[in-house]
Formats: sequence, C-alpha cells, structure tokens
Amino acid sequence: MIINHPLLGPRDSAEFVVLGDACLIDRPDGMNAAIEEMHDYAYIRDNPAGEHRELWYHEQGDRSWLVVTRSTLTHEVIEVELARNVARARGRSR
Amino acid sequence: MTQAMRIEGGMVDRERTLAFSWNGRWMTGYRGDTLASALLANGERLVGRSFKYHRPRGIFSSGSEEPSALVQLRDGAAREPNTRATTVELFDGLSATSQNHRGPLAFDLMAANDLLSPFLSAGFYYKTFMWPKAFWERVYEPLIRASAGLGRLSMKPDPDAYDHGFLHCDLLVIGAGPAGLAAALAASRTGLRVILADEDFVPGGRLNAETHEVDGQAGADWAAGAAAELTANGNVRLMTRTTVFGAFDHGIHGALERRTDHLADAGDRPRQVLWRIYSRRALLAAGATERSMAFGNNDRPGIMLAGAVRAYANRFGVAPGRNVAVFTNNDDGLRTAEDLSGKGIEVSAVVDARRGNVVVDTIGRSGIRAIRLGDGRRVETDCLAVSGGWSPNVHLTCHHRGRPVWNAEVVGFVPGGELPPGMCVAGAANGTMTLAATIREGHGAAVGISEDLGAKGSPGTPAKAADEDCAAAPFWQVAGLRKRAWVDLQNDVTTKDVQQSHQEGFRSVEHLKRYTTLGMATDQGRTANVLGLALMAEAAGKSIEETGTTIFRPPYTPVAIGAFGGRARGKHFRPFRLTPSHNWAQENGADFVEAGMWLRAQWFKQPGEKGWRDSVDREASQVRKSVGICDVTTLGKIDIQGRDSAEFLNRVYANAFLKLPVGKVRYGLMLREDGICYDDGTTARLAESHFVMTTTTANAVLVFRNLEFARQCLWPDLDVHLISTTDGWAQFAVAGPNSRALLSKVVDGLDLSNDAFPFMACAECSVFGGTPARLFRISFSGELAYEIAVPARYGDSMIRALMKAGEAFDAVPYGTEALGVLRIEKGHVAGNEITGQTTARMLGLGGMLSRSKDAIGLRLSEREAMNADDGMRLAGFRPVDRSVILTAGAHFLNPGDPADMARDQGWMTSVAYSPELGTSVGLGFLRRGKERIGETVRAYSPVRDQDVLVEVCSPHHVDPDGVRQRG
Repeated sequence: MIINHPLLGPRDSAEFVVLGDACLIDRPDGMNAAIEEMHDYAYIRDNPAGEHRELWYHEQGDRSWLVVTRSTLTHEVIEVELARNVARARGRSR
Repeated sequence: MTQAMRIEGGMVDRERTLAFSWNGRWMTGYRGDTLASALLANGERLVGRSFKYHRPRGIFSSGSEEPSALVQLRDGAAREPNTRATTVELFDGLSATSQNHRGPLAFDLMAANDLLSPFLSAGFYYKTFMWPKAFWERVYEPLIRASAGLGRLSMKPDPDAYDHGFLHCDLLVIGAGPAGLAAALAASRTGLRVILADEDFVPGGRLNAETHEVDGQAGADWAAGAAAELTANGNVRLMTRTTVFGAFDHGIHGALERRTDHLADAGDRPRQVLWRIYSRRALLAAGATERSMAFGNNDRPGIMLAGAVRAYANRFGVAPGRNVAVFTNNDDGLRTAEDLSGKGIEVSAVVDARRGNVVVDTIGRSGIRAIRLGDGRRVETDCLAVSGGWSPNVHLTCHHRGRPVWNAEVVGFVPGGELPPGMCVAGAANGTMTLAATIREGHGAAVGISEDLGAKGSPGTPAKAADEDCAAAPFWQVAGLRKRAWVDLQNDVTTKDVQQSHQEGFRSVEHLKRYTTLGMATDQGRTANVLGLALMAEAAGKSIEETGTTIFRPPYTPVAIGAFGGRARGKHFRPFRLTPSHNWAQENGADFVEAGMWLRAQWFKQPGEKGWRDSVDREASQVRKSVGICDVTTLGKIDIQGRDSAEFLNRVYANAFLKLPVGKVRYGLMLREDGICYDDGTTARLAESHFVMTTTTANAVLVFRNLEFARQCLWPDLDVHLISTTDGWAQFAVAGPNSRALLSKVVDGLDLSNDAFPFMACAECSVFGGTPARLFRISFSGELAYEIAVPARYGDSMIRALMKAGEAFDAVPYGTEALGVLRIEKGHVAGNEITGQTTARMLGLGGMLSRSKDAIGLRLSEREAMNADDGMRLAGFRPVDRSVILTAGAHFLNPGDPADMARDQGWMTSVAYSPELGTSVGLGFLRRGKERIGETVRAYSPVRDQDVLVEVCSPHHVDPDGVRQRG
C-alpha cells in the first residue's frame, strides 16, 4: 500500500502504524462530557465496508499523524490529510 | 550414457557440455538445457511417482506449470524438494533425485496404492478416517503423515542467503514473450522507465519454442534482437529468471528473482531476491498454458503437452520420442506433427478430436508404448503429444478479486471483472491467441500507456508476423471411458472424482476444488483447472459460463519462505539494542537478558558464586549497604519543550503537573482513555519550558506515539514539541547510602547535600571536569539514590569512571534481577503490576488521580466498578514459614476455602528473595488487601504444586516510611 503523505509524497505503508477510526480526534472534554459520551468515544467504532477515515502515524518517517480516507473494500486511498489540520478544522485548538 | 535423444538445432550450446547426476547416475546435457530437457535427451522418461496412487510419471510440460516432474535438487542442507524439473536450469555438477517412492523409482513399494484406488477417491479422508475415533491420533494420523507430501525436507537450516530489494518503474511488463517484448520495445522507445520480467532464463516465451517468423527472421532470433535493443535503450531493466508472483495494492508487485540457482557455485551471493516493484502501470503478458484432455490412462510417462513436445524439439534440440502420436482438439496441436516431421521425427498418428477421432486408452507400464484409438486400432508410439487447447494465464488479474469470464471462441477463461488498478493485459493472457495479433496488442497497449503517462517519444511500428491457424473446439473428454482418466496429474484427480463430487453435492467450483483437491498444490492446477470445470459443467448439464471458475491468489508459482524472510533470520530477525555499558558489562561477567529489543545485564557473576542467586543477593545487599550502579539507559526518554509543556503534561498524566517547580522531578502515572493504568515514570523540569520524561522500557515507543497523537490530534495548537532521546543519553542509577559520596567525586561543583539537592531534585550539570550531564535524585530501590545521564557517546567511559570512583566504597554493578529485588522489597510497582488490567486504586495510587482537571483516562477511571471498595488492592506478602520461597502467579484463598475461582481472593504478581529480610517476599493483589494487613491467607499455585500460608503485610517491605531515600 502506498500513502501519499501531504508533506513527503508517496510512502510505503510499511513506514506507518495504523491506529484506526479518525473519530478518535473528536475527544470530548473530560470535565464536561457525560460519562456515556466518554464511553462511546473510548469504545464505539464504525466498521464500514467502503470509505473509512483512519488515523495513520508515520513512525518510520516524520512522525506526522495523518487522516487517510481509504476504501476498506479496494484499499484505494482517496485522500490523505495532516491530522493536525483535520483536528483544527473540527474545532480543536488548545 | 550418451544423449541418445538429442537432435539437431535448438538453443543449447553444444560447446558447453554439463555433467549432472540423476538418482546417482551421471549424465550430460548442454548449457541452455533445463533438467527436464537434459533428462529427455538422455532418454529418461520416468522421473517421479504421483502423489496419491504412486503412478509412474514423466515430464508433462516445458514450463512452470509442470504438475508431474517434481524432483529434489542438491544434497545435504541445501536439499530442495518439489522442484519442477522443467524450470531448473542445468549446471555443471547438478545433483537431482526423484521423490515420493519407497525403494527404487521403477519399483515403488507404495505403488500398491494404485490397486487401492477404488477406496482412495475424492473425500476418502473424510469418510475413511472417521472411525473408530480413538484411531485418529494413534493410527491414522501417523500413517497419513508418513505417506503424505512428495519430497523430503533436509530438516537442517537453509544454508543460502536471500535478499529483499525495491524497484521503481513507469511500466512493469510481466512476461517477455512476443506481446511483452513488443510492449517493452514501444514503451521504452517513448521514454518510459520499463521493467520487463520473465520467469524463463531466455526472453522470448513461446517464440523460442515455435518455428514462427517475426520481421522476416526466426522468432527466437527476433526475440534476442529485441532483448538487445531493450538493454541498449538504457531505460529498461530486463529481468530474466524473475517471476512476478503477485499484484498487490497501488501498483506494487512481488517478484522473485533466482540469482544463483543456475550456478554451480553461488559464491557469497544471495540465492534469490524478493523484489518489491513499484509500478505506475503494469502490463500482464503472461501468455497461456496448454491443457490436456481426459482419456484412458492419460498420465503415463511419455504423454506430454503438444506445446512442450514442440519446445523440446525446437528449443532444446531433444526428441521427446522416436515415434510420436498427436492427439488434439485444435489447430495449434496439429502444428506439432509438422514441426516434428521437419525435424525428421516419425509421427505415427495424428488424432483430431474435431473429426471424431479419439484416443481411448494408452498402454505401457513405466512409459507409454502404444495408444488405442476409438475405432479399436492400436498404434505403437513412445510419446503422445496432447493438446486440449490453451488457457490464458489470467492469474494476476484475479489478485484483486477480478473474476475471469468464459470466452467460447478462445475456449478458455479470459480476464474479467475488475483488474488490479493500473493493470492491463495483452497477448495470449488476454485471449489473443495468434502471433501477429499478440504483437500488435502488446505494442498498442504500450502506446496507450505511454500516452496516458505523457511519454513523448515515438513508439515505432510493431514487428511483422503472420497469424497462424488457431481454431479450437471445446472437446474435454472421450465419451464412454472405461479406464481411469486424469484431470489433475499433481493431485491424482480423475474424471471419476469430479463426477463423484457432483453426485455427492459438491457442485460449486469452490466445493469441487476443496473436495477433490483439484487445482491445489505447487502447480495450482494450471494444466487441470479448466478441464475440471468443464467436466463439472458437463456433469451438471450446465454451460461453463454458468459453472464459473475459482480465482487465483498470490503466489503465481511457489516462493520459498526463505525468500520472504530475506536477511531477517536468526539474530537478524530482531536485532538487539545494546546499552552504552554493554562492552564493559561483557568484560565484567554479566549475564544478559532480553528486555524488549534491548540486551540488559541481569547480574554480574563473581568468582566463587555458584548460582545466579548468589550474585543477585550480593548485588542487592551491597546497594543497601554501600552503593551500586545500574545501567538504566533503556528506559524511554522524551524531551519535551515549548511554552505549553507543563499544560501538555498535565493532560497526559493523571496526576497534577502544572505546578512542578523547575529543578524538581515528579512521579507520573499515565492512564489509557478507558481509565486503566498504562505507564509510569518520572518527569523532570529542567527549565520553565523544558521537561524530560522517562517511560518504562517496554512502552518507550508506544508512549511517544501516544504523546504525538495527543499533541497533533487532540490539542493541535498547544506549543509543545517532542523528541525521543532514549538513545541520546546514557543513564545510570547510583543507589545506596554511599551514592552521594560517590557522586560528589564525579559531579563538578554541585552541592549534593540534602538541603541543596533534596529527594526529587534535578539539575543540568557536568561530570569529570566538563562532560555535560543531568542529575536526578530519584530512587527505585528506596535507598538514597540518583540517576546520572551523560550523552550516549560518553556512556562507556562513564561506567568505567563511575566504577573507578566507586572503588573506595566497594561499589558494585547490579543488573535487572537485583533491580527487581530492590523494587519488590520497596513495594514499587512495575510491569508485573501495571499489566493493562489494573487501576490506580488497585495499585494503591488512587489518591494521585486529580479531580480538578481533564487528562487522558481520568473521566472513565471514575466508573463505579473500577472504584468498588471490595476490589483488588496491592499488598505485600511473606511466607508464614520464612524458609518457603514464594511463587508468582499463585492465587490467594481464605484458609479453609476450597480452591475455586468463586472464592478467589487475588493473585501474587512479583516475588523475590529479600537478602535484607532473609525471607522470600511478594507483591500481589488481594481483595480489600489494604484492610487485611496482618491476616493470613493461602497462596495456592496448582501449576507449581505449591500451597502455603502467607502473611499479608504492607507492600513496602523495606523502609516503609521512606526515610532512606530522603536522607
């Protein structure tokens, strides 16, 4: 598999570690979240057959966390973004 | 023995005679021969025994599709079973033996299986070995294992080296036959970077085996010229002896190159290279494979695919027989007779199934002597060339689940469904069965790809050739057979097995394959599958389209496990990381233990010490008595800088970190988001915005990964930067009452008095007159202790200098075992306690969890079940009988209770012999453990056969008030 790193260009998937669903970016604020909300964040994942947004970490590279949009059926990589940018776009800051 | 069957012509080098041994007899062949062609040249027709019935078998094909001629190569550790004689390039000194027989090849004792064939049909395993049940393990399985398999492994380590490599190209052309050569020529001329790979050792494919002309010259000569042009063009890597075995994601192909298999002496070179080829586009030009037809006794040595007969005659200059008969259902087969006549070989009969003529049976025990025709005539022959048509080699088109479709005109399956992205197919692999059309298609495909990729050069014009006759009929089996007729030679699957599979309800192609084993094993049924499917379709009264086909997965041909392993074997499978003091430790008698990827000293044996306990007791005692030194470099170190570093730490540690003063160290506990304890360590604040975190050795990589996740994904705008410095600093624990005195001799101008540098202090400093260092006053042993770090390049000097400075105090080096003893005595938790299943409350660290902030895992650590009062709590344990040695893993029970899980009271996690207390001590989790100090419970270990009474005590066996570490 090849992941088109937004900064480094196409890189082999062997350089990466996959974490899973990119919904992990959307961590509730622990001080305010209902415990059920926190529970769902920690445990509940979708398992789609098709397009999936995943977190990949370029561990053998520049240590960027990436959000890779990928088809779980064909392994086609549709989009690769810096997770930091995705997080910011989803309203995360400090 | 002379090469009695050698004839004129062909591509072998008659100046280069090669000697080889076959079953211990020496024979000769020529450079350019395969083992198969050389055996045929020497008149060897019987080369092996079949898998199940031990039927005599000969050479059936001339390529990697070979189902029968499986042999063992080489001797000793290099022995390689199940190798296809048809793909083995002959070299001087090659030693080969036949396999799968007991006794000599010609008188195989296991041939009795052939008489038992009525009982050995499809599914016989499932039916026969079912009863009596008790027989399975004792009788059936050993019996099956003894007779299963074909060749025999050497059972010794593979003496050869294998390599991995990476290649990149614009276009990967798979197969260097006419289509592949035409495509590579066109693509190369337009300027693309091309890799052309072919499994054979000579490019040209069928051009070398046929008598076709291309561009007015012999096909083989044109192929050689094309290869020369490609090599000269400079943008083509022509890889012979290279099988592209799989099409993987995103244009990545796996290829196996056989580098030295054809050499008598490989030298130090790797035997095979597993290439990962990154291609923008791929063109599959893998050609087609001929198949047989089903007629009586169609498996005897001397019965050979017609295309192989032509290959041996035309390419290798070998007559497969003196008197050859041809049985075909297509025009291509008919050319066999022409070619052989042209070589002066007698053709005794041409039997064309399309005219209603058939071969119904063959005669000859260890090799064919005659055939019987449908009209009852007997024709003498020593070689029967059979052509049941050609099946396009669609295998790689299936690797992304593309499903081939039936093409009635080709009488074969052609690529269908979704091909791997970036792949297209040309030539016979695409069902284009004639030469001129194949060349045009290969050329055209390359032109299209070049245009797509923006290559600007002129592709030239395709080579000129004629289209030969190729009409074929879907004729599969001779009607009304009374003799057994084979479908799959390698697995001994007959027409009867296919019929039986149908009768017993295994009618889908997938069931047929698994029930009869049709199409399995080394050849993956390349000469058999289509015939088997056609017979199933006939039995079911359906069309082949309706019946469908199984699909193929990698590898196309077998790949040795050694090639996948490459250099990563033995010690290189997982290289060790060595600590900065490793060499010194080795010089000083250390025994090493693997800790993750690290090798750490576990103890330092002194003269006179009889066992490890002697060394460990001495080291631990000396630390408590005076001072000891331990390399703790392996602990993860993460340098954290930035204005928001304190805020960041406060969110990743469960305890408070915001207000840690500069010059201080704090113990930190990390949770997972689910509230379970994850890792612990100390973090030092060297400056307002500069921290150094340590992690456990095991979690160093994972914690760093998680911190990067938190930094980039959760709080992307915090000003914090991380760098792993685990390997950057050599760090030593200096522990014991004399540690201060020792370090005073080492550290430059730093006041180490308790007031100036108290417990949990830290400083950047220098040692030995200017070497930069960091000093932390932290203690894992419970003694007055420090950790001192210097840049890793000084690590070796540092341990030597520390030990020298310590001579005055009889300082000892101590290893991981003494480290463990000291921390168990002290009641510090480690990996045995922080197992990924334990909470802060269980560890007695519940009070550390901050209630006034959000940090990873804090919210879910509040869950009720994780905070139950009757839960497990860390406690210390000592045997009531002080001489007993405790056992980790023992479960606690109340005295008098039966030993069952319902009454389980907890478990022992860590034990050690405490030289300080003169008894075995333990740590463990006990239900309500904190409230039960002074009670006596049973420590029960059925695994170790131990059942002893233990006293519950504080986990802090030594210095429970922490006086020593603060002193």
